[in-house]
Amino acid sequence: MPNKSIYFSGLMNYFEETGKVTLFAIRFFKEAFKPPYEWKELIRQCYLIGYQSLVLVAITGFIMGLVLDLQTRPTMIEFGAESYMPSMIGISIVREIGPVITALICAGKIGSGIGAELGSMRVTEQIDAMEVSGTNPFKFLVVTRIWATTLMLPILVIMADAVGLFGSWIVENLKGDVTFALFFNQVFNNIEFGDLIPSTIKSFFFGFAIGLIGCYKGYYTSKGTAGVGAAANTAVVVASLLLFVFDLIAVLITDIFYEI
Amino acid sequence: MNQQDKIREELALIENWDPAIPLIEIEDMRKAFGDHEVLKGFNLKLFDKENLVIVGKSGSGKSVLLKCIVQLESMDSGMLKVLGQDIAELDHEKLDRIRANVGFLFQGSALYDSMTVRENLQFPLRRHPERRRGDEESSLILDALKSVGLVDAIDLMPSELSGGMKRRIALARTLILRPKIILYDEPTSGLDPITSKEIIELILEIQQEYGTASLIITHDMDCARVISNRMIILVNGINYAEGTYHELLNSKDSNIRAFFKGA
Ligand SMILES: Nc1ncnc2c1ncn2[C@@H]1O[C@H](COP(=O)(O)OP(=O)(O)OP(=O)(O)O)[C@@H](O)[C@H]1O
Ligand SMILES: [Mg+2]
Repeated sequence: MPNKSIYFSGLMNYFEETGKVTLFAIRFFKEAFKPPYEWKELIRQCYLIGYQSLVLVAITGFIMGLVLDLQTRPTMIEFGAESYMPSMIGISIVREIGPVITALICAGKIGSGIGAELGSMRVTEQIDAMEVSGTNPFKFLVVTRIWATTLMLPILVIMADAVGLFGSWIVENLKGDVTFALFFNQVFNNIEFGDLIPSTIKSFFFGFAIGLIGCYKGYYTSKGTAGVGAAANTAVVVASLLLFVFDLIAVLITDIFYEI
Repeated sequence: MNQQDKIREELALIENWDPAIPLIEIEDMRKAFGDHEVLKGFNLKLFDKENLVIVGKSGSGKSVLLKCIVQLESMDSGMLKVLGQDIAELDHEKLDRIRANVGFLFQGSALYDSMTVRENLQFPLRRHPERRRGDEESSLILDALKSVGLVDAIDLMPSELSGGMKRRIALARTLILRPKIILYDEPTSGLDPITSKEIIELILEIQQEYGTASLIITHDMDCARVISNRMIILVNGINYAEGTYHELLNSKDSNIRAFFKGA
């Protein structure tokens, strides 16, 4: 029965990998709060990760806003609910589409970048060189990157939300003569703390997941340049999957707190 | 006695090392990956100011041996003393202080490619301020670059350097902490014969200038002939034979002769 054993070993691999990622995360929390702190490298990483993704996230956010408005407008008009457009758009962007799209884009850009960078550092023995020169490579490379993605992602999400709303307003303005003030008044009247806080907390977790998986895959790259490609690749796949899992959990928890 | 004094005392002890005591002492070292036994009872003694060359075929476990010495890999069993300390038993802080005395030149240079040459050389100093010995950081960096003849490269990125230049910068980065011992993992691998020769000469010069002991791994017999005071031949995971280059050259053993073909 060859098939059975293949499934079995696949399952075992899955559990083993999950266990290793969990240990990696535990190690992060252990080392993250213990001096010496690598402030300079943290700030550099925040700058790199935030700045490099800025334009990409802005463009995607803008298009997302445009498309969302264009697609939903006809249906809303059909129901005679055109005046609800701004609040509907605002809620969907802030609650769900902004964080998820931004996180997916960042998983592709940042996650793969971290995976490839740490992977090639592992393969070319740069991580070993750090270790013997007295700098803890886990602190210097991993802790700083996970912090940086965790801190930067919410900022990128807020920016994507803003640009996305602006994109929607342009469509509303061209097609329905809605003024800037009217549009954003409606948006902010309908967005509550109950929308902003969960989606911001969610974004922190998304950032954490992207950093964690990218670093894990890169840090444990096995020998060879082929390993670097595989690290970058699986970093994106696994991080994206994890994002949706976190998203589901976040939505379920929010549901318990706010919808009763 | 406070921490600062303790560190200073340790440094002084190492600088005035008793030549009769080995700097590195390995007895019966064993290391396996799964059921693939790589080292099966290896022995070695490295003395002060000595150039000890280890030759062995590709995959015979030479890099693994060096990595065990600095605890990048942990051995399965055996005794390993570096500068008189049982290195497997040390806590992280003490291990780092021992490591600062042991330079490591990696097989592929291992320069940090997101940093300039200057930042590469600064890197080991950040966690070992005591090893500046009161000198300015910038003058230490210049001295190290002068020793390898590449002062002009200070603001370049590693990607802008040739293979030979990378090896020199890596050597300068190793020298910056003024280590007592330098471990060279195939210092001439991947370099053309002329550059190899330059690197070999450089290693000898540096040894003169800094008075270090060296453990050099290679399968380049030219390199072994020029550099070595003493050689160990690593076959089947043990120190198969020991002696000077000329003693081994005249050996009748076929395992040893295999290394000297063409030499
Ligand atoms: N991390 C590891 N996991 C599994 N096996 C390993 C590991 N590191 C080394 N080995 C195995 O140990 C053996 C010795 O490897 P090592 O890198 O020490 O060889 P080497 O003597 O340095 O060879 P070369 O001259 O090609 O550099 C090899 O067979 C290698 O496959
Ligand atoms: Mg090797």
